[in-house]
Amino acid sequence: MRRTPSRRRTTATSMAALTAGALILAGCSSSSGGGTTSSSATSDGPCGTKAATTLTVGLFGTFGFKENGLWDAYKKVCPNITVQEDVVEQSADYWTRLKTRLASGTGLDDVQAIEIGFVADVVQNHANQFVNWNSVPNAAADKAEFFPWKWGQASNAEGSVTVGLGTDIGPEAICYRKDLLAAAGLPSDPATLATKWSTWEDFIAFGKQYEASATKPKDSRFVDSAASIFSTAVYQGTEAYADASGKTDVANSDGVKSAWGYATQAAAAKVTAGLQQFSPPWNKAFSSGSFATIACPTWMMGYIQGQAGPTYAGKWAIAPVLPGGATNWGGSWLGVPKAAKNQAAAVALVQWLSAKDQQVTMWTSAKQGGHFPSNSHAAADSSVASATSAYFDNAPVGTLFGAIAGKMKVPPIGLYDTQIQNALTTQLTNVETKGTAPDKAFADALAAIKQVTG
Amino acid sequence: MTTISPPTRAQRSHRLPGSRIAYAYVAPFFAVFLAFSIYPWLDTAWVSLHEVRLSTYDQSTWLGLGNYVNLFSNPFFWNAFRNTVTIGVISTVPQLCMALGIAHLLNYRLRGRTFFRVAILMPYATSLAAATVIFLELFDSKLGLVNWALHLVHLPAVDWQGSRWPAQIAVSTIVTWRWTGYNALIYLAGMQSIDTELYDAALVDGANRWQQFRHVTLPGLRPTILFTIVVSTIGAAQLFGEPLLYHNGMPDGGTQGQYQTLGLLMYQQGWTNDRLGLASATAWTVFLVIVVAVLVNTTLARRRDRQGTLSSLAPKVRL
Repeated sequence: MRRTPSRRRTTATSMAALTAGALILAGCSSSSGGGTTSSSATSDGPCGTKAATTLTVGLFGTFGFKENGLWDAYKKVCPNITVQEDVVEQSADYWTRLKTRLASGTGLDDVQAIEIGFVADVVQNHANQFVNWNSVPNAAADKAEFFPWKWGQASNAEGSVTVGLGTDIGPEAICYRKDLLAAAGLPSDPATLATKWSTWEDFIAFGKQYEASATKPKDSRFVDSAASIFSTAVYQGTEAYADASGKTDVANSDGVKSAWGYATQAAAAKVTAGLQQFSPPWNKAFSSGSFATIACPTWMMGYIQGQAGPTYAGKWAIAPVLPGGATNWGGSWLGVPKAAKNQAAAVALVQWLSAKDQQVTMWTSAKQGGHFPSNSHAAADSSVASATSAYFDNAPVGTLFGAIAGKMKVPPIGLYDTQIQNALTTQLTNVETKGTAPDKAFADALAAIKQVTG
Repeated sequence: MTTISPPTRAQRSHRLPGSRIAYAYVAPFFAVFLAFSIYPWLDTAWVSLHEVRLSTYDQSTWLGLGNYVNLFSNPFFWNAFRNTVTIGVISTVPQLCMALGIAHLLNYRLRGRTFFRVAILMPYATSLAAATVIFLELFDSKLGLVNWALHLVHLPAVDWQGSRWPAQIAVSTIVTWRWTGYNALIYLAGMQSIDTELYDAALVDGANRWQQFRHVTLPGLRPTILFTIVVSTIGAAQLFGEPLLYHNGMPDGGTQGQYQTLGLLMYQQGWTNDRLGLASATAWTVFLVIVVAVLVNTTLARRRDRQGTLSSLAPKVRL
C-alpha cells in the first residue's frame, strides 16, 4: 500500500530475491490469457454465485482486510464464499509475479491488488486482461462513490476502461516528535505549527531554528531525509514524472524541478538526517530521535507505530498541514483478472470491499493502519471524521486528513514512477551524506532513469 | 597379464538391450537438464537480441546485437565490471592464501584437530542472509564494532557503506569469511594425498617447516590450487547475495553503485528496470567473461606445468 516499498526489504524477501536472481535466465511463455467475457452477476444473486466457492485474493504487504475482520464479515453476507489470501511481502516482488502470470495467462488469483506504483502499467498494457469496472452491474453507482482522481488513475485517458476499484488513499500531513520540538524550545502544538509550516521555505526556515537550538538532542536533525521533502513536493506540481498523456517526462516536469530545489535547499541547510527511507537505520530512527519531523501520508501512521512502538505513544503528533499544498502519496486498487475462475463472485467481493461501510470500518477499527477511504462517501461519513488517534497525542486524524483529502491536487502518473523516484531520492542521499553537487547528482539520476526508460 | 581386446560385433549387439536401459536410466536427468539448463540458456540468448519487457512480453522487437552495443557503451556496465574484478581480487587472493595457511596448520598433529576442522567450516554452513546482517552491524559507520575498534587505536572512522574502497573491502570480507574454511578443507584433503615419504625425505635433507611447505606441499597441491582458483573465479564473477544484502536488498550496490557487481546489475536491469533483453545480454556477457577467465587460468597453469619440473609429483585434476 506504500509508494516506495521496493526500499523496504527484509532479510526474508532478500532471500526470495536471491532465488529470483537465480531464475533470471528462465524464460516464460508468451501466450496471452484469453479470458471469458463478463457474465451477469444478477442471475446468481448478490454473491455472484450460489455454489460453495473459494476466492483467492492476491495482496502485498498489509492490506488489513483480515486484521480488521472483513473476511469474517463477508462470510456472514455470503456464507457460500470462502476467501483465501495470497500475500507477497514486497509490492515490487508482487508486481514481478503478477507480470509473469499475466504474460503466461495462468496462476492468477480471483482478485489481484494493484498499487499506485504499477497501476499505470496495468492500464496501458494489461487493461484487456482485467474486468472493466465500467461494464459491471451497478458500474455507474460504483463510480459515483469514488474520488474522481482516484477512479481516473485506474482508467485510460478516454475513461472507457477502468481496471480496479480503489481501496485506500494517502493524504499527507506532517508527523513530528512533540517532545523533541519542545526540548529545542520551539512551538510544539499542532495549531501553531500549521501556521508556521504552510510553505516549504517556512518549513526549512523552522528547521534551521531547530538545528540552531542549544537544547535539542545533539544527534537529532529536523527532518528524516531530503527524500521525504522531495517525494511529497514532486506531487504538488502539475506534473510529477509523466505528462498528461501518461508519457514519462522528468526533464520538463515542474514538480520535479521545484521538489529538487526544496530538497537540495534542505540538504544544504543541514536540516536533514540523511537517512535512506525504508532502510534499517531509518526504521531505528523513529524511536532513537534522530529526526523530529517526517512527511506523513495516512499509512505512515501505521508504519510509525510499528517502528517506534508503544513507548513513544503521545510523543508523536500530527500537524494539520502539508507545506506547499495538499497532495497524495500512495494508495491501491483491487482488480479482477478475466482469467479468474470465479469472476462474478470476485466482482461481487471487490464491490463489497470497496463500498462505503467497509472502507469506514478500515479507517475506524481499532487495529487500523492508516487506510484512509478512497470512497468519497466513506470519507464524508461522520464516524470517519470523528476518528482520533491516541498514539498521536489524540490528533483528530479524521477531520485532519479529511480536510487534506478534500482539496488534494493529484498530477498524472506514469509507467516508471517508482523507479524514477528511487533514482532521484538515492541521489539526494548522496547530496546529503557525501556533499555531491546537486547538479551532478541530478545528472546521475537522469542517467539512472535512462536505464529504466531505455 | 591378459590383454583386453575390443568387443567383437557380436558381443556388442549382445550388450545392446542393456545399454538401452541405461539410456532410460539417464533420461530423467537429461530431461531436467534440457528443460532447466539448455532451454533457458538458449532462450536467454534469443531474448538478448530483442527489446523485451516482462510487462509487454508478447511485443518484443528485434534489435540484433543492439543490447550488446548498448552494454559495451554503458558506464553502468563498466562500473559493475570493474567492481566485479576488484571485489573478486580482494576477496579471492587473501581467501586462498589464508586457506592454504590454515590447511597447512591443520595438517599437523594438533590437539583438538577435529574440532578445528569442523570449526573452520562453520561460516560455510551459516546462512548468508544472517551472516550479512551481522556484518552490516559490524561495519555500521556510526555504531559499528569495526569503527569502534579503529577509534580505540586513534584511527579516523571509515564510511564502510558510502565510500567505494571501504565498501568493497567490507563486501569482500564477507566473502572471505564465508569461503576460507571451505577452501582450507579442500587444500587439507589435497595435502593428505601427498606421499608422507616426501616429507620424511625433506626432513632427512634438513628442510625446516617453511621449506617443507614451499618445496613439498605447494608443488603437490598445484592441481588442487588450480581447481580452487577456477571455482573462486566463477564464484567472484557471479557474486550477488553479499552485495545485495549489504545494501538492504537493493540491487544498486550502494547509492553510487560503489559495489554493484555484474550479478546485481543483471538483476537490476531485469527485475527493477524491467528490461529483460538488456539483462539477458548481461547474462551472456558474464558467461563469456567466466569462460575467458577460466581459459586464461588453465592456460597459464598448463604453460607453467610444461615449463615446471614439479608437476609429476601430483595427480591431475581434469577440468
